[in-house]
Amino acid sequence: MTDQTQNAPRFGGMNTAAVAPWVIAAAFLLVMPFIFTSNSAITIMNQMSITIIFALSYNMLLGQGGMLSFGHAVYMGVGGFFCVHIMNMVEDGGLPLPLPLLPLFGGLFGLGLATIVGAFSTRKAGTVFAMISLGVGELIAACSVIVVAFFGGEEGVSGDRTYGLPVFGVEFLQQIEVYYLIAFWLMLSALLMYLFSRTPVGRMANAVRDNPERAEFLGYSARWVRFYSFCAAGFFAGIAGGLFAINYEILTEENLNLTQSGAILLITFLGGIGFFFGPILGAIVFTLLQTVLSLQTELWQLYLGALFVATVMYFPGGLAGLLMMHAPALRSGRAGRLVLPYIKTLGPALIGVLALAGLIEMTFHLRHASLGDHHMTLFWVDLDSHSLVPWLVFAAIMAAGFAVMRRNLPELLSAWHSANATGDRS
Amino acid sequence: MTAMMQGGAVAALEMQGLRKSFGRTEIIRGIDLSIAKGERHAVIGPNGAGKSTLFNLITARFAPTAGRVALHGQDLAGMSPFQINRLGLSRSFQITNIFPKMTVFENVRCSLLWSMGYRYSFWHMVGNSRALTEGAEAILEQINLTARRDLPAGVLSYAEQRALEIGITIAGGADVIMLDEPTAGMSHSETDYIVDLIGKVTQDKTLVMVEHDMGVVFGLADRISVLVYGEIIATGRPDEVRGNPKVQEAYLGAALEAEH
Repeated sequence: MTDQTQNAPRFGGMNTAAVAPWVIAAAFLLVMPFIFTSNSAITIMNQMSITIIFALSYNMLLGQGGMLSFGHAVYMGVGGFFCVHIMNMVEDGGLPLPLPLLPLFGGLFGLGLATIVGAFSTRKAGTVFAMISLGVGELIAACSVIVVAFFGGEEGVSGDRTYGLPVFGVEFLQQIEVYYLIAFWLMLSALLMYLFSRTPVGRMANAVRDNPERAEFLGYSARWVRFYSFCAAGFFAGIAGGLFAINYEILTEENLNLTQSGAILLITFLGGIGFFFGPILGAIVFTLLQTVLSLQTELWQLYLGALFVATVMYFPGGLAGLLMMHAPALRSGRAGRLVLPYIKTLGPALIGVLALAGLIEMTFHLRHASLGDHHMTLFWVDLDSHSLVPWLVFAAIMAAGFAVMRRNLPELLSAWHSANATGDRS
Repeated sequence: MTAMMQGGAVAALEMQGLRKSFGRTEIIRGIDLSIAKGERHAVIGPNGAGKSTLFNLITARFAPTAGRVALHGQDLAGMSPFQINRLGLSRSFQITNIFPKMTVFENVRCSLLWSMGYRYSFWHMVGNSRALTEGAEAILEQINLTARRDLPAGVLSYAEQRALEIGITIAGGADVIMLDEPTAGMSHSETDYIVDLIGKVTQDKTLVMVEHDMGVVFGLADRISVLVYGEIIATGRPDEVRGNPKVQEAYLGAALEAEH
């Protein structure tokens, strides 16, 4: 049943248009360390890659299969814990295992756990599934302080990745070696997850998500379709866990708990669950906010929360949905009409939002800085948070920014309509 | 096409003493009906007669309170929808029941997967199978939706969605097709169109169709059963049923009264 097709574009097989994004992504991953050479940049990129795999695996549940899980961190965490233990067995001399294969074992342990949990949790989607995932997540997180031998209690379990068999002389002492190891697994996992969505069971996952009853009358058990997606998601989460173990050499309760499970839901939704590349965007943006923004302000989680709420309320398609909204205009070659109106509305809006953030930061400083400390730096400007002037200035900038945005908004809307006027494509 | 039971052949669908109660209310009150292979059978009746309940009993969406349903001689009790489907029965829904976020083509392709033997495969690429693509395109051609191929099914017009629903129902190659009020909520011209379509796509198949309006099924059905208050009061060829005084009294009379 795998007969080849003649005119490729129609059938969506392996043609240039399908291969190009993967080649570009691979090239991108190859050259990134030459552009951002600092150790901290590579650390951020490693974290980003791991989060991408994790988010893509989560979207196999949420986006592809319509299963809202509140406990997906467990599969990554358990995969990671097993990998740290394997690393320690290697260190103790028992096991001759090359490090690059370790994530595969993480995946298999993630798969094993998902098989057990999926056997009873995928019977129903919706609230029942969500509640079971929450319960199982809490249960296993609680185990981390009970089963100390495996989870290491509060301090977790740590290992050393450098004791594996050297691969072509590489011992993974340096961050950059780990970077390429992670990048390899990222490409492989992302490709496999993409291909999974093109298989019969992957397609039926969409069908079951949209309409489980109808799918049953096509000969498919909705429950088994969900089960297979669930197992696959557990497998790839486990791979992410294995990479986490290699990168950080420590796993703790934090890798299993609800905060982590909530974060991956947020990341995936922020990126957009409707498109395969959505979670990738979400993981990139989130990691940047988490690492770069958190250096700038203690309030980064507040801004992240606001961004999340805004996404859910105004852009349920996430960042990917927002980008893909422009596809028709791009295809018709009329996207150019949007550039100027965007600058005229989003520019002032951005200034307004930054000014609002300035006010929030000053309020925070006013309340939380030590007594007598009136001095703070905001947007590279030194100012006194106890004097009235900066407050007035920021409030004025904010009001002006939002006012200009409002004034220019109708222009953007009409440009949008003209760029998307389909003519008569009935 | 002659539709009467042939001697000795196993009926495509057989109902015996079928009953269904919801709480104390008995909706289906003892139905015995045998539908032959290749027959086009319509079940008609006024609103509230229990047509949809009967339909859901046959397709095991509801479990009967008493009695049995057999498909090609095999008892359907306790089976899941997907098991019944694998035995060769496919159904449509009264409320349009498609996969709204998937494209029209994807809708049809998904309905072909099981019958083409793909099961729960995660090692085949659906895009690589010419048989699958051509099969789905042939169905689209049959239901006249080729032009809508790549649109999300949710944006189709109502009549188009009903046509797609029929396409999904027949795609799996089931030999018993059950349609639940396929023309509900349609204009006259849309109704004619869909009835034509049904006639075309159910050739050489057993068709069981639930309808409110006898006029719709008159030209299509080989036999008609009239369901009133959970009981079948008459079964026969369309002209026999139309001439039956009991039917005229219980069903057509009421309909005539309502019209005047």
